[in-house]
Amino acid sequence: MVDSAVLHASVSELHGMLTQRQISSEELTQAFLERIDLLNGKLNAVVTVCAEQALNDARRADKRLSRGKATMLTGIPLLHKDIFCTQGIRTTCGSRMLEQFIPAYDATVVAKLKAAGVVMLGKCNMDEFAMGSSNETSFFGTVKNPWDTQCVPGGSSGGSAAALAAGMATLVTGTDTGGSIRQPASLCGITGLKPTYGRVSRLGIIAFASSLDQAGPMARSAADCAHMLTAMSGLDAGDSTSADLAVPDFFSELSGDVAGLRIGLPREYFNDDLDSSVRAQVMSALSQLEKAGAQLIDIDLPHSHYAIATYYVLAPAEASANLARYDGVRFGYRCADPADLEDLYLRSRSEGFGEEVQRRILVGTYALSAGFYDAYFNKAQQVRRVITDDFRKAFQSVDVIAGPSAPGIAFRFGAKQQDPIAMYMEDIYTLAVNLAGLPGLSAPAGLINGMPVGLQLIGKPFEESTILNAAHRLQLDTDWHLARPPIEEWQP
Amino acid sequence: MTWETMMGLEVHLQLATESKIFSGSSTQFGAPPNVQADAVDLGMPGMLPVLNEEAVRFAVKFGLGIGARIGRRSIFDRKNYFYPDLPKGYQISQFFSPIVCEGVFEVPMEDGSLLPIRITRAHLEEDAGKSVHDIFNQESGIDLNRAGTPLLEIVTEPDFRSAEQAVAYLKALHSLVTYLGISDGNMAEGSMRCDINISLRRTGSDVLGTRTEIKNVNSFRFVERAIHSEVERQSDILDSGGSITQETRLYDAERDETRSMRSKEVANDYRYFPEPDLLPIEIDEAYIDAVRASLPELPAAKRTRFVSEYELSDYDAALLVPDHATAAFFEEVVSLGGAAKPAANWILGDLSGALNRADLTIESSPVSAEALAGLIGRIEDGTLSSKLAKQVFDGLWQGEGATDEIIAKRGLKQVSDTGALAQLVDDVIAANPDQVAQYLAADEAKQKKLSGFFVGQIMKASQGQANPKLLNELLIKKLNDQS
Amino acid sequence: MSISQEDVEKVALLARLAIAPSDLPEVTERFGRVLQLVNELNTIDTEGVAPMSNPHDMVQRLRPDVVTGGDEREALMASAPQQDRGYFLVPKVID
Repeated sequence: MVDSAVLHASVSELHGMLTQRQISSEELTQAFLERIDLLNGKLNAVVTVCAEQALNDARRADKRLSRGKATMLTGIPLLHKDIFCTQGIRTTCGSRMLEQFIPAYDATVVAKLKAAGVVMLGKCNMDEFAMGSSNETSFFGTVKNPWDTQCVPGGSSGGSAAALAAGMATLVTGTDTGGSIRQPASLCGITGLKPTYGRVSRLGIIAFASSLDQAGPMARSAADCAHMLTAMSGLDAGDSTSADLAVPDFFSELSGDVAGLRIGLPREYFNDDLDSSVRAQVMSALSQLEKAGAQLIDIDLPHSHYAIATYYVLAPAEASANLARYDGVRFGYRCADPADLEDLYLRSRSEGFGEEVQRRILVGTYALSAGFYDAYFNKAQQVRRVITDDFRKAFQSVDVIAGPSAPGIAFRFGAKQQDPIAMYMEDIYTLAVNLAGLPGLSAPAGLINGMPVGLQLIGKPFEESTILNAAHRLQLDTDWHLARPPIEEWQP
Repeated sequence: MTWETMMGLEVHLQLATESKIFSGSSTQFGAPPNVQADAVDLGMPGMLPVLNEEAVRFAVKFGLGIGARIGRRSIFDRKNYFYPDLPKGYQISQFFSPIVCEGVFEVPMEDGSLLPIRITRAHLEEDAGKSVHDIFNQESGIDLNRAGTPLLEIVTEPDFRSAEQAVAYLKALHSLVTYLGISDGNMAEGSMRCDINISLRRTGSDVLGTRTEIKNVNSFRFVERAIHSEVERQSDILDSGGSITQETRLYDAERDETRSMRSKEVANDYRYFPEPDLLPIEIDEAYIDAVRASLPELPAAKRTRFVSEYELSDYDAALLVPDHATAAFFEEVVSLGGAAKPAANWILGDLSGALNRADLTIESSPVSAEALAGLIGRIEDGTLSSKLAKQVFDGLWQGEGATDEIIAKRGLKQVSDTGALAQLVDDVIAANPDQVAQYLAADEAKQKKLSGFFVGQIMKASQGQANPKLLNELLIKKLNDQS
Repeated sequence: MSISQEDVEKVALLARLAIAPSDLPEVTERFGRVLQLVNELNTIDTEGVAPMSNPHDMVQRLRPDVVTGGDEREALMASAPQQDRGYFLVPKVID
């Protein structure tokens, strides 16, 4: 029997244990599979478990370990968000539309992590097509927050965040189009990074909004995220928008030194709209960094207010086209006995997609339609530049921008489901980062009434190291990231 | 009421790249269904487009070939509509910023004049797949092999006034793109497809009428017929006081009529927006210079050169140049010593007739350029009359050897021996005293006509081998000697 | 700008989504709320601002014209809902 501490151990700790043969990858994998088996009925965080393949991968990793050929991630168990295509393994994107879809290819991220030696345990639940901030839009049911199973885990990478917090994997992947890594990371008390747009290949990731989507690591610490990001990043000839830049070893860049680091605090993020207890936690985390030598500087991002309107034009518009391929012809859900071609389209799509996805397709279609393109889509693209310019100007005087990751702690199921706008407000602090294509992370900043809160750190383009290092410093000085949900207290 | 026809053409040209515009699948024609469609072509979840450099180069070649402005920063857009042969539910095209901008294309007309046609734009896009309707009973089959084949869509202003002009434009375009090597231009295989926008306006008016669009016409002949039938349809409606509905129509060749397309009934709103999976293509001066340097001699320049260098007529040059291989064959004949004018005549006359009958292209002509040059040489030096030359040509076509061998084998040398000829002339004169008398009594104009009788008789007696020039001289002299 | 049920039906048809008549009032109401949110864009002056399609000021990379794909039909068509003899099937299309 494996010590349950390994379920919450860091990559460095596990790597040490694996290379010193204190535990095999197979034993470790078995322990996580049992953990998933034990908790998933309650959490619904994982939609597909690949036990057999995982154990095979683990045995292969063990061989490599025994030959002394292991790298940092060799044999480390991981779960993928079910938005990453996995060859031969069902990839649903949280939708009835893809309930039976088995890709013939791996996403580049999946292939890269596989090449780095990780063991894939399975696929995580998510909001349908990554559209949602609570994991309530998944066709496969809601994911429960392990800190309080009456509450949502956030979204759309809610299954990944909940699984990690509950110790079902050492690492998980997420994607972030408007906050889908950072907001659930905040609500589940883990560290999650959305890299700079173009840092990580989008090939094989089911598209939501192509100019905003970015995959990133979610883990227990900035250090683990750094290990993962190094493996995930890099130029991909198959993605025209992936950046042709050298990838640093992000882990080795974690010096822990933040002396002189200038951290900007946008007045627009810390205004009266911000919940006072969230403000208190975020400020307490920032004062830790200040103690370590960072400078806190008030700045302005004057057009922050427009991010939400801009996002809810651009993301649905791109999505309306990206989701047009789901027509019941080549893959995916097809309605029964279509009377004719139009019937095939209409019923396959309205039966295959859930309500929120359909709403966004409608909004996006409308924003692009004749007579509205200039007023909505083109206007939003202009405002996108205005918002991006705000960041560019701010970064002339600061190195990092900080704020809350989400407006509050995890909320109860159904609390925001009837009002799409209330739900959209969950991402009010994260959307602008996607519009500008910047890197952003959420790191645990303590608990409010027993529920996690996240600190968001935003960096300059391709300076993930700077924000990872600041979060690393915080995690050297505090143990917020080590807090574990009270799973043992759950009612059977 | 008289009506003036206003037409603009949109040509979809498949570019002759090896692989597709956004994927590594082969573009070859004729594979079994869906074996040349990879995950990108099928629009599978998570797949992304990556642009083929050759498609860009071909588009720039075309732009330079018609002297158009090249878009220095061109952008791909998504054109959104649902159709089973369109896998992603959008076509990647260029709407706002095309790669080839405005230009003027001068189309050579049959009378030797040049018709300037304004090119509005030409843009890169991906082809759709095909729907197959005749294999299954209840269903249509979808084959996506063609999906993703690079297309250049070439759009003109409404500058055409007749079917003849439209066809001349298409032929000139076909010639240009094959010269450039950017497309095989094969209309039957769909490498070059034509949409025709037609409207009529009152003669003298400058108000445009409502237009219809005839889609996917796939031969020069059908273009001509489709235009005639649509112009007739529209003018009938307008003459009887009706109005034209703006719509998409199909040309039905069997019935020789156009009809409304049912599938386009749902009004389309293409919702173009910049394709976020691709970035802007930037084309700089150096790139354009390099492409320009790689251009071959184009048809317009070649026509001019053929007239000045070989002293051909505009008419002959206009017929020799459009097909690159024919022009090359001509130049080869000339370089091997064949005189230019006879070379042009032989190629455009007997050779092209024989090739047509045998359904062969000039590249596979049984009569080589060398053989034709040899034949022309023997005509020039007087060995062969044009009549005998046709027999030698037949021998060359049948593969009986080179010109001189055939002359020897078939005994076709013309009789140029004055003594032998004189004997023949004397015999014929002696045998036809009545005709001689008639001849001598006639005036000069009539004599010319009557001499034909004697020529015919002498040719017959010589089995066609008498040298006609020599024969004529002798005959006239000897006839006049009779007086 | 507000939106009518007819507008929503028109947009739904463009997007090939069927909305049950009984759902239409609620769909329209929620759609309207989203529109109200995004209408805020009208309050910002963007005169002369170039639209931004992508976060990065990069240009398109080009791929060499090389055939890389082989025949993957079997694997790629494995998840096709309806197929026969190598074709995807749809209800008869009439042009």
